[in-house]
Amino acid sequence: MTPARKKRLSLILLMVVGVAVGVGFALNALNENIMFFFSPADIKAGKAPANKDFRVGGMVVEGTVKRPGDGLTVEFDLTDNDSVVTVKYTGILPDLFREGQGIIANGKLDADGEFIAQEVLAKHDENYMPPEVMEAMKKSGQPMPGMDKKGI
Amino acid sequence: MFKWFVTWFHRFGSPPHFYRLAGRWLPWLTTLFVVTVIAGLYGGLVLAPADYQQGESFRIIYVHVPAAWMSMFIYVVMAFCGIVILVWRMKMAEIVLSCSAPIGASFTFLALVTGSLWGKPMWGTYWVWDARLTSELILLFLYLGVIGLYGAIDDKRVAARAVAILSIVGVVNIPIIHFSVEWWNSLHQGPTVTKFDKPSIDIRMLIPLLLMALAFQIYYVIALFQAARAAILQRERNSRWVEELVKP
Repeated sequence: MTPARKKRLSLILLMVVGVAVGVGFALNALNENIMFFFSPADIKAGKAPANKDFRVGGMVVEGTVKRPGDGLTVEFDLTDNDSVVTVKYTGILPDLFREGQGIIANGKLDADGEFIAQEVLAKHDENYMPPEVMEAMKKSGQPMPGMDKKGI
Repeated sequence: MFKWFVTWFHRFGSPPHFYRLAGRWLPWLTTLFVVTVIAGLYGGLVLAPADYQQGESFRIIYVHVPAAWMSMFIYVVMAFCGIVILVWRMKMAEIVLSCSAPIGASFTFLALVTGSLWGKPMWGTYWVWDARLTSELILLFLYLGVIGLYGAIDDKRVAARAVAILSIVGVVNIPIIHFSVEWWNSLHQGPTVTKFDKPSIDIRMLIPLLLMALAFQIYYVIALFQAARAAILQRERNSRWVEELVKP
C-alpha cells in the first residue's frame, strides 16, 4: 500500500470509530427513551413515570384472566418472574393474547397501583415449531420455550 | 491464494472484463435462482408445518427474514465499496456501490412492509416505534440518501466519493439493527437463526428459510450485474471497446 493510501484508510477508520463512539454515547444517553417497555419489577422499583403514559411488558400469569361484567373488559396479572402488576383493559385483544404469553400494555397506573391499559400488544417469541413438537415438549416436561431471561 | 485473489480483484476491477464476465455468468445465475426460489417457496409454503402459535401466518418469514438480512448485507457491501473508492479510487467499486443502493432500498422496503402486514394480526399493530423497527426505517432513509446524493451530483466520480462517505458513516447503523432486540426491550422478537446458540426453529422450517436466503442472495447478484453492465456501458460510452461492442 502506498503511504497516501495508508493515510486515507486510517482516516476512514478514524471516522468510523468517531461516529460509532458518538452514536454510542447518544444512544446511551437516550437509553430510557429507547426502552420500549418497563417491566413489573421496574414499576415496583419506582422507575416507571407517574401520571404519564408508558408501556409495561411481561407474561400473563396463568389463571388470572378475568372478564368482570362480561363485556369487553379484561383483567389479568402481568409478571416478569419477579414482581406482579394487575392490568385492566377494555377493547379487542390481539390473536396471540393468551395465558402464559408475553404481552405489552400501554397506559398508566391508577391510584391503587393497577395499570389501566389503552392498548395491548402481543409480544412474539423467537421460537418456531410445529404444534406436535410443542405437545411433545409439554408432555416430556421440558422447560417451555418462549421465555428469555426476563420471562418475556 | 492471496496472489490469486489479487489477480481476480484486478480483473473484476476492469470494467470491460467485468462486463464480459457478468454477461457470461448471468444465465447460470438466473437458472440457479429459479431452482432455489422454487425449492424454497415450495418447502416454505407447502412442506413446512404450521407454527404452534402463529399458525399459517408465520410463513411470511420466508420473505420477511431474507429481505431483512439482504437489506443489511447490501449496506455492508456498499460500505466496503466506499472504502475501496476512497482508498484505491477503483471505478468498479463506484459502479457496484451506486447500483447496489436501489436494490438494497427495495429489500429494506419489502422487509418493512411484510413485517408491518404480519404485525397487525400478531402484535395487534402495524407499526410501533421500537428500536428494531426504527433502526430499520433509518436504514431505508440511508439508502434513499445514497440514491439521492448520487443523483444530485453530475460528475459521477465526485458523486461516488460523496456517497462513499455516507455509506461508510451509515454502516454504524448495521450493528444497531442487529443488536437492537438485545440491547433494549423491544416489541420485535430476538434473533432465531443468527445467534451463537442452536437456531430456535424446527429444522423443516429452517431449511426452506435458508434456501430463500440463498435465492435472495443470488437475486441480488443478478440485479447488481444487470445494473452494473448498463452503468459500465454508459460510463465508458466514449471508449474503444464499447464502440466496437455496439457497432452495427
